[in-house]
This record gives sequence, C-alpha cells and structure tokens, in this order.
Amino acid sequence: MSLTLTAADWLTLWVHFMSLSLLAVGGAITTAPDMHRYLVVEQHWLTDSQFTSSIALAQVSPGPNVLFVALLGWNVGLNAAGGLGAGVVAWGYGLLGVTLCMLGIMIPSTTLTFAAARWGHQNRELRAVRAFKQGMAPIVIALLVATGWILASGQGSVAEHWPLWLVTVGSAVLVWKTRLHLLVLLGAGGILGWMGWV
Amino acid sequence: MSAPPATRAHPTSKTDLFVSFSLLALQGFGGVLAVVQRELVEKKQWLTREEFLEDWAVAQILPGPNVVNLSLMIGDRYFGMRGALAALAGMLTFPLLIALAVAILFAGIADQPQIQGALRGMGAVAAGLITATGLKLIAALKQNPLGAPVCWTFAAITFVAIGLFRVPLVWVLLVVGGAACVWTYRLLGQVTAQSEQP
Repeated sequence: MSLTLTAADWLTLWVHFMSLSLLAVGGAITTAPDMHRYLVVEQHWLTDSQFTSSIALAQVSPGPNVLFVALLGWNVGLNAAGGLGAGVVAWGYGLLGVTLCMLGIMIPSTTLTFAAARWGHQNRELRAVRAFKQGMAPIVIALLVATGWILASGQGSVAEHWPLWLVTVGSAVLVWKTRLHLLVLLGAGGILGWMGWV
Repeated sequence: MSAPPATRAHPTSKTDLFVSFSLLALQGFGGVLAVVQRELVEKKQWLTREEFLEDWAVAQILPGPNVVNLSLMIGDRYFGMRGALAALAGMLTFPLLIALAVAILFAGIADQPQIQGALRGMGAVAAGLITATGLKLIAALKQNPLGAPVCWTFAAITFVAIGLFRVPLVWVLLVVGGAACVWTYRLLGQVTAQSEQP
C-alpha cells in the first residue's frame, strides 16, 4: 500500500489521537473501534489486516498494550513511504508515525492523571477521597476477575476448548497460591500451544 | 507532599524507578498488571495490598493505559515529576523497541500454526494471571468500611455487568462505582460522627 501524506495529514493524525486520549477510560484499546473507523474506513491510511496485526503483535510483545498505537503509526508511516523497501525514508516516516501517534495518545491522559493523582494524594485525608478509594475497591477487584473471564471466554466454549480453559484455571490457581515465576507459566503456556496440545 | 515513613521499602533513585519499571514491563506478556502486583507488592514491598488497590482504582478510572497511569503515580510520589517521567520511560522505552522489532521481523511468519498455537497458549495463561491478581486482592477488603456482604454485592454486580453482559466500562464505573462511593462516604461520616460524641 502506498499513499501520500501532507504535513496537514500528519497533523490531523496527531490531533485525532490526542482527541481519543481522554476518552480511553479502561485503556487505549477501548478506543480501537474508533481508530479503525478513522484510519482504515475514512482515511484509507491502513489496510484492515495491518490494523488487526498491529493489535495482535502488540499483545504478543511484552509491555503495556497501548503499544499497538505505536504500531499503527509505524504502519501509516511505512505506507506513506511506499513500504519498507524504501529504506531510510521508510524508517524515517515510520518513526514519525510512531512518535506522533504515541505522543497524541499519551500526552492528554498522562497530564490529567498526573494532576488528578497528585491532588488526590495531597488530599488523601478528605472524606470524599477516602470514600472514592475505599468504595471503588470491590469494583476494581471484580473488574480484574471479569477481565480474566472475558479473555478466557474469547478462547471459545469450555466444552470444545477445555484444554485452554484448564491452562487458564491452572495458571490462576498457581499464581494465587504459589510464588512460581510468572514468566515460567507464560513460557509453559507458549510451549503447550506450540506443540498443539491446547 | 509527605513521603512515606523511611522504614518502608521504597525506590532509591530515579534510575531505580526506570530500571524497576523497565523490568516489570519486559515481563508483562498479555498485560503488565499481574507482574506489577507480584513485584511491587509481594517482592519489593513498595506498596501494601491496600495501597495498591487504592492506586489501581485511581489508575483505572482516569483515561489512559492503566499500568502507565500507575507507574506515573508511583514515580511522582517518590521523586516528583522527574520520578513520574522516569517510571513512564521505563514502562514504555524497551517494550516499544521490542514491539517495533517484532513488527519488522515477525510480520511475515505471524500466521504460522506453531506461532498461532504459542500465542493461544500464552493468552490462556494471561487470562489466568489477571484473574489471580483480582483474587489475591480480595484479602485487602478486610479493612473496608463497607463490610464483607456489601463489598461482595457490589463486586458481584460489577462482574455480571462487565463479564456477562459486556456493559461499557464507563457506565459501570459511573453507576455501580458511584453508588459504592456514595455509600462509603455516608458510612465514613457516621464513623466520624460517632467518634466525636463524648
């Protein structure tokens, strides 16, 4: 895929990610549908498969999942350069895309978090602040368990994919009750999958 | 801002923050949160379970990637804005480089059946890790002013809404979270009123 981006286009790209940043309650991934609409459907800056593989590759890599945004920017840059074959130009455009998208998605939300968390910490004895933190506790715990449940049910039904569910339940119990290193568990899961056993 | 008591374990420098959060992020396949809980609460003991839960509530409700918000808050608490930037840089720098390397090197082979299998296996483990993180934090509810039955009710409503009915997070936070916070606010008021009586 090859396209031409003007300076104004790059600016709009940056502004669009800035505008999504403050909507990303629960993580950048919650705004992925809108990024898809904008980048793939409206602007035609990315293909469908580039969009999907950016999310998949970011999930394979270690670190926060927000890095899929960096890969979206990278691919927009590559497309603007006419593909990785363009050499230095492709790297330059790719890194420009990474920088603009990441700064866009990060600056507004981190600024707000910085200010709000600092205010909350300075006023942590206020009744309202204590009520917020303690009142949210049961909800936060339930959200974590629900996230695990959603990830697990994305694997398919228990009856059909019971080996995968067994791995999920087994690793939950091991993490809960033992101090086994998390990378050991992830490695074991990867090997089981590589061998085609789960 | 008052620093936590000196007897507690805490990050020794901005470099320590950067290195610690880099190592955390690099272990986080399929989500960094489980690693953060294991390393910062159980191993380094920079935070108690209760503090972790409170900070996580704040990180969760503000827009932006949750673990990034959390790293920023912890960094700021010990070393101000520079600490926040050090923690943030640790969380993102190496994972970003790895994600780009993965995108360049593995884009062509990502659909191999073995790779797909390994991803599936690691995904199953990741679902277990996040569930276990939630289960472990249940212990932190013992001190909660809401009391066990009310905590469990709010947790159950949240789990059903998010996990089973897939209600958007924003609504659950506003409605269920709001109710829990108002309830806690009232309880905290009663406690204060009682303790002020002669």
